[in-house]
Amino acid sequence: MTAAVLFENVSRHFGAVRAVDAVDLAVAEGEFFAMLGPSGSGKTTCLRLMAGFEQPTGGHIEIFGETAEGVPPYRRNVNTVFQDYALFPHLSILDNVAYGLMVKGVAREERRKAAEDALAMVKLPGYGTRRPGQLSGGQRQRVALARALVNKPKVLLLDEPLGALDLKLREQMQEELKTLQKSLGITFVFVTHDQGEALSMADRIAVFNEGRIQQLGTPEDVYKRPKTRFVADFVGSSNILQPEFVTQLGAGRQLASLRPEAIELTGKKDGQLSLSGIVLSRSFLGASNRITVDVSGTKLHVTSPAASPVPEEGSKVTLSFAPADLHLMEAV
Amino acid sequence: MSAITGEQAISTQRSGLAGRISDFFWKHPHVFLAVMLAPPLLWLGIIYLGSLLALLLQSFFSIDDYSGLVNYEFTLATYGQLLNETNLDIIIRTVCMAAIVTLFSALIAFPIAYYAARYARGKWKALFYLGVMLPLWSSYLVKIYAWKLILAKEGILTWLLTKLNLLWLLDAWLSLPVIGGNSLSVSYTGTFIVFVYVWMPFMILPIQASLERVPVNLIEASSDLGSTPQQTFRHVLFPLALPGIVAGSIFTFSLTLGDYIIPQIIGSSRLFIGQAVYAQQGTAGNIPLAAAFTVVPIVIMGLYLWAARRMGAFDAL
Repeated sequence: MTAAVLFENVSRHFGAVRAVDAVDLAVAEGEFFAMLGPSGSGKTTCLRLMAGFEQPTGGHIEIFGETAEGVPPYRRNVNTVFQDYALFPHLSILDNVAYGLMVKGVAREERRKAAEDALAMVKLPGYGTRRPGQLSGGQRQRVALARALVNKPKVLLLDEPLGALDLKLREQMQEELKTLQKSLGITFVFVTHDQGEALSMADRIAVFNEGRIQQLGTPEDVYKRPKTRFVADFVGSSNILQPEFVTQLGAGRQLASLRPEAIELTGKKDGQLSLSGIVLSRSFLGASNRITVDVSGTKLHVTSPAASPVPEEGSKVTLSFAPADLHLMEAV
Repeated sequence: MSAITGEQAISTQRSGLAGRISDFFWKHPHVFLAVMLAPPLLWLGIIYLGSLLALLLQSFFSIDDYSGLVNYEFTLATYGQLLNETNLDIIIRTVCMAAIVTLFSALIAFPIAYYAARYARGKWKALFYLGVMLPLWSSYLVKIYAWKLILAKEGILTWLLTKLNLLWLLDAWLSLPVIGGNSLSVSYTGTFIVFVYVWMPFMILPIQASLERVPVNLIEASSDLGSTPQQTFRHVLFPLALPGIVAGSIFTFSLTLGDYIIPQIIGSSRLFIGQAVYAQQGTAGNIPLAAAFTVVPIVIMGLYLWAARRMGAFDAL
């Protein structure tokens, strides 16, 4: 099957700055693909390369098997939902949504109908006569989505579309986006710096750092088996164990990651590894408690369910975890 | 007690008049606003609007043809005079010139403003402002006389075209009816060129300001949705720049309607509104007719703004 988007050794350098550096990736058709990374990691530049706002300085890009470099954005059947929505302030909501059809020469009545359907799909029926300035952030976000989807794009690019929304709305939109993507079957490429968002929504995640992909895999892969220290740190929080410490646990002399929720304070069970330490601090997070334990000079974070008893600060505790949860990483 | 934080949580009122005034204004922000706005409002209300009203009033008086004195009785006779053939001719000539000057100013200004708003950064932007503003720093009369020399028959333009063997082009242009003449400096074409030159900064700056406010991602969004660059210009860039273009055109249009020096120095000897006003209130001593003439630009600008509003020029504001 041809990939929806294919990057072969793609680079985008701005002078000495390597915004994107030798990236290879293949987004499968119908996939929800997330590009995750901190700001300046190259994820947004990758999205702009797909949209055609940037041209690569090296490498090859294909969209559904067709060469994309040198093709202007308006000839790509790819649409973007912009971070700050980029709605046209001088047009009504309906004209905003119908814009793509208007410039393609679709008849007035037909594009009106399509725009109204698209607005209904994003749960904003009857909002057509308003102006972007009269809508809330969440509503504008939906309009931006409708404006892109009305064109039936081959790939929908989303540039941190939920970044400006508050937490509740964000969670709601995450679910809606996921449902929408499933029902439409359109390939979504989603840029975010929020690892929770990427984990919960994406079929696959590419973790970016300094213009390169650090790891590409399913959310479970990336979370449970981070390849590098950066991925372990950035995706969720993790205890990074130094090689010296790891050898004491009976494993090879390698950097390892141990997720805080994999550690239990309830005493050693059969087949588990155990460590003893002293509780340094604890904080209440609502659904869980976060406890910091000092194990002979190494600080380990432990997430324990809110229901289980919380040890006093300064008390001695036994940490135990399954050997499989100790994930060995490549160097760096 | 640390040295950084004060002794008390709330410091005592500052002594002296300044301190008391500050506190008073802080407690009464509306009074402060009134104090700030009173002088300009008085100026606008009394000096400016007052004199404008006085002027309007004058236009409803008439002049006694025999004694040359103003007859202070309300009459529409002066307006009747305004619409006689000679005077109507002056009005039409001036309005056509103002319209063409405005149109060409906008056409020339837009690309310059677009470059400045979209691409110029750092020192190039400074250079742009300098280049646009520099002509405003030198005297208006000096510039016009300089143009007279450039456009004259013995001037540099004729010389240059002769050297390039293109003089026939100029001659062909000058042989055209209405816009032609003996030389550029005594033709409407010359008047037009100088008007466009002199008012150009007033067109460039508002357009540049409006283009600067168009976010880049709107252009990208338009392109992303399938717009070719021409379509993006037509449906996004132009509508959003329209308030700036209208603002600029108000300048070029009204300045051309009112100017009496440029057509006097460069152009045929036929009168423009500004010259007519100058002649009527000066040598002719016909203040009512001069006043009636000045009402013309006011009415035209009013109609222009109304039409621009109807066309949605200010929707993006």
